[in-house]
Amino acid sequence: MSHVELQHITKRFKTVTALRDVSFDIQDGEFFVLLGPTGAGKTTTLRVVAGLERQTQGHVLFDGEVVDDLPPPDRDIAFVFQQYSLYPNMSVYDNLAFPLRAPMRRMSEDEIRRRVYQAAEILRITHLLERRTSHLSGGEMQRVSLGRAIVRQPRIFLMDEPLSNLDAKLREALRVELKHIQKTQGSTTLFVTHDQIEALTMADRIAVLNKGRITQIGSPTDIYDRPATIFVAQLVGVPRINLVDARCDDGTISIIDSTVRLPKPVSGELPARFKLGVRPEHVQLHPQGEYVGELLLIEPLGVESILHIKVGKQSLVCTVPGMTHHKLGEALRFNLVRERLHFFREDGVRIQV
Amino acid sequence: MAKFEEVGPRSPITESTRVDLVHPRARLGVTIRAIVAIVIVAIMLFPVIWLSLTTIKTRPDSVAVPPKFIPYFPDGFLSDWCMVPQLNKDGTPKLDKEGQPVLKERPICFDVTLEGIVGLFFERRTLTPAQMKQYMDDPNLDWADRILLKRGLLITGPGEFVNRFRNSLIIAGTSTVLAVTFGLLAAYAFSRWDISGKKDFLFFILSTRMLPPVVVTIPIFLMYRQLGIYDTHIGMILLYTVFNLSLSVWLLKGFLDEIPREYEEAALVDGYSRLQAFRKVVLPQAATGIAATTVFCLIFAWNEYAFSLMLTSDIARTAPPSIASTQGAGGFEWAIIATASMLFLIPVVVITFALRQHLLRGVTFGAIRQ
Repeated sequence: MSHVELQHITKRFKTVTALRDVSFDIQDGEFFVLLGPTGAGKTTTLRVVAGLERQTQGHVLFDGEVVDDLPPPDRDIAFVFQQYSLYPNMSVYDNLAFPLRAPMRRMSEDEIRRRVYQAAEILRITHLLERRTSHLSGGEMQRVSLGRAIVRQPRIFLMDEPLSNLDAKLREALRVELKHIQKTQGSTTLFVTHDQIEALTMADRIAVLNKGRITQIGSPTDIYDRPATIFVAQLVGVPRINLVDARCDDGTISIIDSTVRLPKPVSGELPARFKLGVRPEHVQLHPQGEYVGELLLIEPLGVESILHIKVGKQSLVCTVPGMTHHKLGEALRFNLVRERLHFFREDGVRIQV
Repeated sequence: MAKFEEVGPRSPITESTRVDLVHPRARLGVTIRAIVAIVIVAIMLFPVIWLSLTTIKTRPDSVAVPPKFIPYFPDGFLSDWCMVPQLNKDGTPKLDKEGQPVLKERPICFDVTLEGIVGLFFERRTLTPAQMKQYMDDPNLDWADRILLKRGLLITGPGEFVNRFRNSLIIAGTSTVLAVTFGLLAAYAFSRWDISGKKDFLFFILSTRMLPPVVVTIPIFLMYRQLGIYDTHIGMILLYTVFNLSLSVWLLKGFLDEIPREYEEAALVDGYSRLQAFRKVVLPQAATGIAATTVFCLIFAWNEYAFSLMLTSDIARTAPPSIASTQGAGGFEWAIIATASMLFLIPVVVITFALRQHLLRGVTFGAIRQ
């Protein structure tokens, strides 16, 4: 059993406040992702949980027990660093054995050997064990670094953007692998990333962090389909969500500077002016579409193509599957999926309808 | 697109295990570099060679003009070449009264004597010619006595140099170990923690170096006399340690700053205490810095002259002032001074040589991607 809880954590450095009143809890066996842009305080949160940094206010609880005063070695955690931090001039085997050889564990060499081989097999790095870490490729290094975490059964795995230094292909492969390992081992994981795809693909739950505050906590579906703020809506989803200024009067919504008019949703109240968010996949081309626009730009990606459609002075982005046969400048008819529209107040907060 | 044929190495290949792949010009370059290196080495080593030759010269030979370079043993090594038979005007070899050929030493040669080496280790007394004759017949003389007796000297007891040399080893060695140990701990603290007034402390430590040491010798002399540590090993070790600390703290801080904190943090979360992490992770990576600092501290403590001259008289006197004082009564005993200097060189050379791997390695090849 391992359950981690952060209660009202605030962390101030000399001149900046990195975290303001951050609270969340991680269930046993959960893959919890902290998502946010650079400087949002993700790594600081991780370091506070690890005990490498002491919070200014608030408490960290492991299994309901306050661990604020426990130093890192006594917290029984594993940390995977962004920079791998493999010990140089040690073989891969010694790197993997290092956590087990800590004097406090008093583990026999036989047991260590067994565990190291077990971890190496899971990560498929058995053939690397005798190598020196300086002779490894980036992907291999990160595997070893993960291996150093999984040789023991810590209460929680803390991962600080472990995939961000890898090239795109490797990242994709390791992403799948990591999720598989996490699920088969049932390990509780706190994973930090700025990459929304990593967050969406791997997480059981995501906490979005912005400027040291938690903006939203929820499942990937919650985050994607019901973003709490404009910030969250823009952070997740590629291509980015269409966000346009809109007006509401007499039961009609009109997008400013364009010809698009919509009926007001039946439930809920809308202010006179607000922001309308439409995911690109909810702008759907249709020969008898309600609205018309001019094709401005095409970005063919293979799996899908991104079309930029000019409607009045606004431009909307839409995705279509596969390659497209449309020509630039062509007039396109499209519909908006009404039940999937997002409404935000001017200050960025979601309006529930 | 460039044609495939045109794409080749941008610069000539200058190093390869296959000789046929190396450009002839590059091979010539290697030869020239080797020659230049040899010339530089010869120039740098000349004083040492000169010093080692002087250890086996007699007093007149060591100051002879033109200088003498080729050692020979009478009736032994190189003596055939160095001793030239003299010829009569008609071209026949000149013979002396006993019918032996008359030989003359070439000006560049000198015969080997061990009087300098022996003289370093013993107290000597000058004898009158009459006394000399008398001692010559003494059957109890050993080889060392005989060597000095040829010069008209009598061994009266063991010399001071062995003690002085031992003092140097003890004082320089201990103070180096202490300076590097304390320096390492202080540097680690300065490097890793936010100590309030850190910059001021560091400047303060450095400032102890800003005054020429000679300026403070007299106050230190007075203090030491009051404290009763004048002419003691403890006193000298203390002094050299303190003096080296500033250097060692600053040097080691630089090296420790280069080691990413992540390694220790990784060790911490892996279950090691701060001290264990320091020993297992930081120390091996700081080896280069520790080696370099050790050599610097050792060289300072080993060569130090002024403090030793002022603060010691006999018990704790180190080698440098005593080399100067072996000058002797009857003028400079160059061979003895040279021998002492040569001996004095050895420990530093040995230590530097032993640590050369660490000194050369320079940057550690870490597995942290920056």
